[in-house]
Amino acid sequence: MRKGPSLFNIVSVTLGFAFLYLPIVLLVIYSFNAGRNVAIWSGWSTKWYVAMVQNQQLLDAAWVTLRVGLLSATIATVLGTMAALALVRHGRFMGRTLFSGMVYAPLVMPEVITGLSLLLLFVAVGFDRGFWTVTIAHITFSLCFVAVVVQSRLVTFDRAMEEAAMDLGCPPFKTFFVVTLPIILPAIIAGWMLAFTLSLDDLVIASFTTGPGATTLPMRIYSAVRLGVTPEINAVSTVLIGIVTIGVISASLVTKRQEAERQKAERLAAAAP
Amino acid sequence: MAANAYSPIKRKFAPWDDPSAKPFIRFENVTKRFGDFVAVDDLSLDVYEREFFSLLGPSGCGKTTLLRMLAGFEKPSEGRILLDGQDISGVPPHRRPVNMMFQSYALFPHMSVEGNIAFGLKQDKMPKADIEARVQEMLRLTKLEPFAKRKPHQLSGGQRQRVALARSLAKRPKVLLLDEPLGALDRKLREETQFELMDLQQDLGLTFVIVTHDQEEAMTVSDRIAVMDHGQLVQVASPAVIYEFPSTRYVADFIGDVNFLSGKVSAVSGDDIDIKDDSLACTIRAHADNPGAKAGDDVWLAIRPEKMRISLDQPADTATNCVAGEVWDIGYLGDVSVYHVKLENGNVVKSTVANQTRLVERPISWDDKVWLTWPRDAGVVLTA
Amino acid sequence: MGNPFKSKAFVVLVPYIWLFVFFLAPFLIVLKISLSMTAIAMPPYVPAFDLSAGIGGILSDLKELSLENYAFLFSDSLYIKSYLSSLQIALVSTALLLLIGYPVAYGMARAPKAWRPTLVMLVILPFWTSFLIRVYAWIGILSREGLLNTFLTWAGLIDTPLTILSTNIAVYIGIVYSYLPFMVLPLYAALEKMDESLLEAASDLGCPPLKTFWVVTFPLSLPGVIAGCFLVFIPAVGEFVIPDLLGGSETLMIGKTLWAEFFSNRDWPLASSVAVILLLILVIPIVFFQNAQQRSQERNG
Repeated sequence: MRKGPSLFNIVSVTLGFAFLYLPIVLLVIYSFNAGRNVAIWSGWSTKWYVAMVQNQQLLDAAWVTLRVGLLSATIATVLGTMAALALVRHGRFMGRTLFSGMVYAPLVMPEVITGLSLLLLFVAVGFDRGFWTVTIAHITFSLCFVAVVVQSRLVTFDRAMEEAAMDLGCPPFKTFFVVTLPIILPAIIAGWMLAFTLSLDDLVIASFTTGPGATTLPMRIYSAVRLGVTPEINAVSTVLIGIVTIGVISASLVTKRQEAERQKAERLAAAAP
Repeated sequence: MAANAYSPIKRKFAPWDDPSAKPFIRFENVTKRFGDFVAVDDLSLDVYEREFFSLLGPSGCGKTTLLRMLAGFEKPSEGRILLDGQDISGVPPHRRPVNMMFQSYALFPHMSVEGNIAFGLKQDKMPKADIEARVQEMLRLTKLEPFAKRKPHQLSGGQRQRVALARSLAKRPKVLLLDEPLGALDRKLREETQFELMDLQQDLGLTFVIVTHDQEEAMTVSDRIAVMDHGQLVQVASPAVIYEFPSTRYVADFIGDVNFLSGKVSAVSGDDIDIKDDSLACTIRAHADNPGAKAGDDVWLAIRPEKMRISLDQPADTATNCVAGEVWDIGYLGDVSVYHVKLENGNVVKSTVANQTRLVERPISWDDKVWLTWPRDAGVVLTA
Repeated sequence: MGNPFKSKAFVVLVPYIWLFVFFLAPFLIVLKISLSMTAIAMPPYVPAFDLSAGIGGILSDLKELSLENYAFLFSDSLYIKSYLSSLQIALVSTALLLLIGYPVAYGMARAPKAWRPTLVMLVILPFWTSFLIRVYAWIGILSREGLLNTFLTWAGLIDTPLTILSTNIAVYIGIVYSYLPFMVLPLYAALEKMDESLLEAASDLGCPPLKTFWVVTFPLSLPGVIAGCFLVFIPAVGEFVIPDLLGGSETLMIGKTLWAEFFSNRDWPLASSVAVILLLILVIPIVFFQNAQQRSQERNG
């Protein structure tokens, strides 16, 4: 914007971000608090981290959550990409309204409803609840988010490139894998990461659809929180926050560096005849 | 017989005049509908081998649709398309011996220049060594050797255009289709590239079909131009014929500048046709090269501004092919001056004069009373 | 083409079938269960559709369905109050989110171009960290011995600690906090796309800055406003975690009620009927949301 941000703009953004990050910062600080009480600072300590690592229940739950996350994210990405392709490329097909409804609805559907309905489905068909039911449930709601992300990328994709590939002799099916997919890959990866996060984070749906031996980390955290504030949870939270922060920051640094290289190369090219 | 002013200008390369020549591309009564909208309307056209053929017309006239049907990206609603005698209407684009250069270039961003050029050759499963050799040849042809390893985003607009060209020529297609290929280039580059394209086409002996809305471009590069309007062909001829012998007012107006003098045919005698307009004092006498005109018909004389002679002095014969008026406006373009003359009946007519001497003050100025004259063969009589 | 995988239909059918089986069909089962009666059994409801009994068996089971659960729902004011309270809390939260989120999104859109990707990343980052954990953090802040009270007492602004936790106010704070990225991002996307020269044109034609905002900027950002509001309102109505952790016993939200019926009372049929009613309430906003999404996708395509 030519005029640039006003004081009001700067203040609102700063306050907004402060509001957003305050609880996170506090969590991190208090994970090092030697005392149990959140409000009273009793000195630095890493004992909660030690306790966390020794807490077998927590570690088991983390392992379950990780496996569910990886599996459901990957399958959801495949299905979500297919759904996006269907919505963007296949025009008016029979049942399209219903299809697009089913793709968009889970974005806003309250989790208690999706959780309950899936559980009742599994019970009705006699499917034993556990790892697989949670995974199926996560796939179902994640694929919609992936579809939305991939769809918005597909919509701006220049189809002339696919036509060029076909014009040069590449059959349509092969064209998708050789031309389209590599170009929309960043969106697909973003979709995967989104699906992974949603799965990692989910409490309600997992609670409804899980079974013995498949307790997820959010479920453990929730039951721990229900019983009272345990500082181990702060430690777990900080670790999770740390992992995510490192991941997101490094991803954006890589993107920034790629972008800077791109711009430098473009400037070089523009100067050349 | 020497070519006289009344017969179409003859060229050395003119297979369309040769009755024994077989067309290389043939559109047979092709119609294309998009829902209710008719983009191409019962169109039949022949394009010959080694022609540089232009499809010219305003936006929405159907020229791009026609090109895309030839490439295989649209199927005709009715009619057939034949390539070298074979019906290709049902053949999908990846199996046609036709290649296209796209308006947006459509270069694959994740491949290098070499990768882009080699793409089509890889689809044909050419041996690796042969692919290498062909790619090098293409790079040489389009002067892209120093950029071989670069990716599209590291190239300038002109370089990308050459990559698109190299990529589309790599497979040595029988027909190359070009969809407004020079639109994104600046004027100087565009002119250079036009001549490069013509040289390339002659050297390689290929058939080029180009779609453009730029009439200057079409005039420069083409062997023949097809002027289109609302899905139909209006006139198909060489640039000179289109310019000097347009068949309708639409064509005359679309290409270059033109004056229309309208009137009714007052007499037809032998080679001459007389046209009279009550609002003008003189009689327009022209050559009757349009055999359809009869006495009493409404006709128009299309005469190019450079064919109208402007003078401050009254000519000897003011009864025929002579109008008087006042200089209403002057467009000084450096190399020519365009005089807008308001006639006695209120119409404005243009006369273009080459500025052959270096003068700052020109003899003819605003509000001067001037006379415009032209010879009998200077204009074309049009009935449509 | 012989390979069925290459067929266009394959790409449509696979996700279609998945969603139909795992998203749509379950709703029918919820409906059916809501018409059943609870039982001390596994599954804890009757009748259980026993397909082995054949069509006759199904028909006799159908006769045992009843609307008793729904009658109960409407007779007990607790449920009606929960629905209304949920709608109210969601509406108020949405309004608060719009009030807070719009200036933030607007400020982001006016930031120097180089900063914008970083700002977007900063908005998204909390979203990547666990939602549960962030809500949990507020417990520590809002409790009687929590950070906020400690700070306010230390600053001399209050004498006795405020009771914020376990009240509706804490729920509002929690919802606004958790859903803020969902409001800011669509707003930012819409505001960023806006052509600055429109503002310059308005100013050139004599329109003062504040008025320009209301007659040019805000209307053009409306798609973002609508998207943001729906993205926040609809899930907030059925929200469970926030009212459960931050709200108190007088916080009536239908998500909590459903959870309690299901896990504490083990009354699956009643929980199902709660879900069905909730779904019916939300169907209209959901359909609106989908239409808006479709239209905006078509416009951008």
